[in-house]
Amino acid sequence: MNKSGAQPFSPDQTKAPILEALLDYRSRRMVSFDVPGHKQGRGNEELASFLGKQCLSVDVNSMKMLDTLIHPTGVILEAEKLAADAFGADSCFFMVNGTTSAVQAMILSCCSPGEKIIMPRNVHRSSINALILARAVPVYVNPSLDKDLGIPLAMSVKDVEMAIREHPDAKAVFVNNPTYYGVCPNLKEIVRIAHEARMRVLVDEAHGTHLYFQKELPVSAMEAGADMSAVSLHKTGGSLTQSSLLLLGPSMREDRGYVHQIINLTQTTSASYLLLSSLDITRRNLAIRGDTIYRRVIEFADYARNEINQIGGYDAFGSERCDGDAFFAFDSCKLPVHTIRMGLSGVEVYDILRDEYDIQIEFGDMLNCLAILSVGDRPVAIERLIAALSDIRFRYGGEPAKHLVNEYIPPVVVMTPAAAFYASSEQLPLDACEGRIASESVMCYPPGIPILAPGERVTPEVLSYIRFAREKGSKMTGTEDEAVEKLYVTNES
Amino acid sequence: MELWFSEYHSPDIKISIRVRKQLFSQYSDYQHIQVFDTYEFGRMLVMDNVIMMSEKDEFIYHEMIVHVPMAVHPHARRALIIGGGDGGALRELCRYDDLEEIVMVEIDRLAVEVSKKYLPTVAASFDDPRVTLLFEDGLRYVRRCRDMFDVIIVDSTDPFGPGESLFTKEFYGNCSHALRDGGILVNQHEGPFFHNESTEAAATFKKTSQIFRHVMVYQAHIPVYPAGHWLFGFMSDSYHPLNDFNPERWLARGIRTNYYNTSLHRGAFALPTYVLRLLHEGVLLDRVYKRVVEGGIWPPDDQLAGAQAHDMDEIDFSEIERYGEDDA
Repeated sequence: MNKSGAQPFSPDQTKAPILEALLDYRSRRMVSFDVPGHKQGRGNEELASFLGKQCLSVDVNSMKMLDTLIHPTGVILEAEKLAADAFGADSCFFMVNGTTSAVQAMILSCCSPGEKIIMPRNVHRSSINALILARAVPVYVNPSLDKDLGIPLAMSVKDVEMAIREHPDAKAVFVNNPTYYGVCPNLKEIVRIAHEARMRVLVDEAHGTHLYFQKELPVSAMEAGADMSAVSLHKTGGSLTQSSLLLLGPSMREDRGYVHQIINLTQTTSASYLLLSSLDITRRNLAIRGDTIYRRVIEFADYARNEINQIGGYDAFGSERCDGDAFFAFDSCKLPVHTIRMGLSGVEVYDILRDEYDIQIEFGDMLNCLAILSVGDRPVAIERLIAALSDIRFRYGGEPAKHLVNEYIPPVVVMTPAAAFYASSEQLPLDACEGRIASESVMCYPPGIPILAPGERVTPEVLSYIRFAREKGSKMTGTEDEAVEKLYVTNES
Repeated sequence: MELWFSEYHSPDIKISIRVRKQLFSQYSDYQHIQVFDTYEFGRMLVMDNVIMMSEKDEFIYHEMIVHVPMAVHPHARRALIIGGGDGGALRELCRYDDLEEIVMVEIDRLAVEVSKKYLPTVAASFDDPRVTLLFEDGLRYVRRCRDMFDVIIVDSTDPFGPGESLFTKEFYGNCSHALRDGGILVNQHEGPFFHNESTEAAATFKKTSQIFRHVMVYQAHIPVYPAGHWLFGFMSDSYHPLNDFNPERWLARGIRTNYYNTSLHRGAFALPTYVLRLLHEGVLLDRVYKRVVEGGIWPPDDQLAGAQAHDMDEIDFSEIERYGEDDA
């Protein structure tokens, strides 16, 4: 049962319709004369021995007993209903092309070409790409910045209010809940003012699955009354990579069919049953045990924060930073650590942890690194992370390192992402691009938040930031040139 | 009826020991602990189906993990044992009168309780007034210590269970901070022969070599362990296990032993060539020998060719020569 309490009906969350159908399928020992060609693994022994026969025996095609994701009427529909119930949504779509496709479906179904959408600039590349596909016009709200930590926060309500006032014709407000660092906005208030202005609220909850299952965590999109939300069940929930959910609130009931059409524009017609069953099984697990599971995760993260702060030099920050506005709430399953005062950038700590300690964390930026805790964590792993950070400080720690003050560089938007992307353009070495308009993105990956997006002016600040990030070892991506030494810029400026 | 306990040493080999009686079996928070009374080895402690020790051969392991560092350190006062729930390493340490304090950090309380009850000759020294026994995670304990111990003994299970974190770089890194100047760390270093243990032995040697100035491996013959051949790691920033070894000083203590002696101390550091290759070059025995599997050669020729060429041309004999010098 989700934390928002009573539902009009109470479906049986102990059921897992897709899982049950697959078990039934397997027990019938069907003979396949359809695709996939490996036919329950028989045609690819090496793959079967690597992934396991059990796994390949249910890597099957849509069929009557297993339903079809394109037009679900059976077990998939039933599983989607159970998921909607578990997440307190009105309805739900299972997504197998990643949360990227869920984000794109949200934007495409609310914005027609030329229509405006209000969003923070520190969104994931998937959202910027959706703007290109939708030919939508972004109205960027500059996220507030925590100057001390050097991280972008969420949008403040005041800034959203202003954007709504200045752009009353915008169709939707796009919100991250939480951001990569675990910062949550005042979502209820943003929903209220957006709805008052008859705008949809679309929420990117790629890192927010757990918000739905633990009372102590910040409010989820559905609970806050948002219209749609893209939830990466695989990120902190435990389903297979690439599986995801698109949740719809009651306000979307009329438009559900249209949203489905939008999804089917780009979603595969051969949806993987490995991914679908992982969504089904994960939903059941979280509906039954989510509260306890995430209680434990919060305890782990709080313990780690406390221990890391005792090492000295590190600042494992959390809810004490909440300011009632742009840092409205903190998702305490995240473990961001401010490292620069210990003498190392976050990227450096990220690299040392991986190369020398066999510990892979989510990402590092100039000033911070981030560990993500989820259903799969164990005390021994937490202890290893803390001890490694302690050893790193002892070995490599020093005076606070020099760094750029601003992690967030306000963009100079000259044209829409779509206009710049499709404009006639030329490829130039980065340094020769100053003053031109970018027709592609540049970002550090992870986290995948563009430093430069299509349609934005290439300013000296942006160029020096890119140089600095590269120097510090950030992995750069986004451009057609794989080395990210050249950039496409538009011919007109 | 015949009752046999079997332990797999690889997917294709197991050792079986005839059991008179199962004395104990219980799952703790960390592992499955069993005690068997066996015909050949006496009582035997088993964790997660892996033999930890038997009454008949435990003296070998416990003497070798304790007396080697204690015979090198000229004036150890404080010692730390990580793991070692059966109490055997503690028993050997307690024989050194000039040790003032011994801290033992074992994660599993049940391991100690079971040993006290069923293995009284091993768990013999828990009542020694110098001993502080703590039940907590070894990694967690050690990362809070700075300049505290002269000797640290890591008597852990294999890295595939609760002992996992005791084979990591962060553990050895933090241990190096927990040692005082002149400190020595000794660990159980897994075995060199079968695949799982040997990869772990090579990895542990590599990790610890980046941390300590002297890292040298020594060996003992332990019948109940895989291939009967086990390794220990000696690590110190100050002391060399052979150059700084003073046999007369140790003999003057008058400690009676059953396996360890001062000649063996030197000899134990002379390793077989394949073990040196494993440690210094990461060459696994599995990769060097050849067998025919279902009509094909295993390992595949390309791997084999690489391994052979590597072995023949690039064995680092300096290590072997160094041992020779020390011996003289």
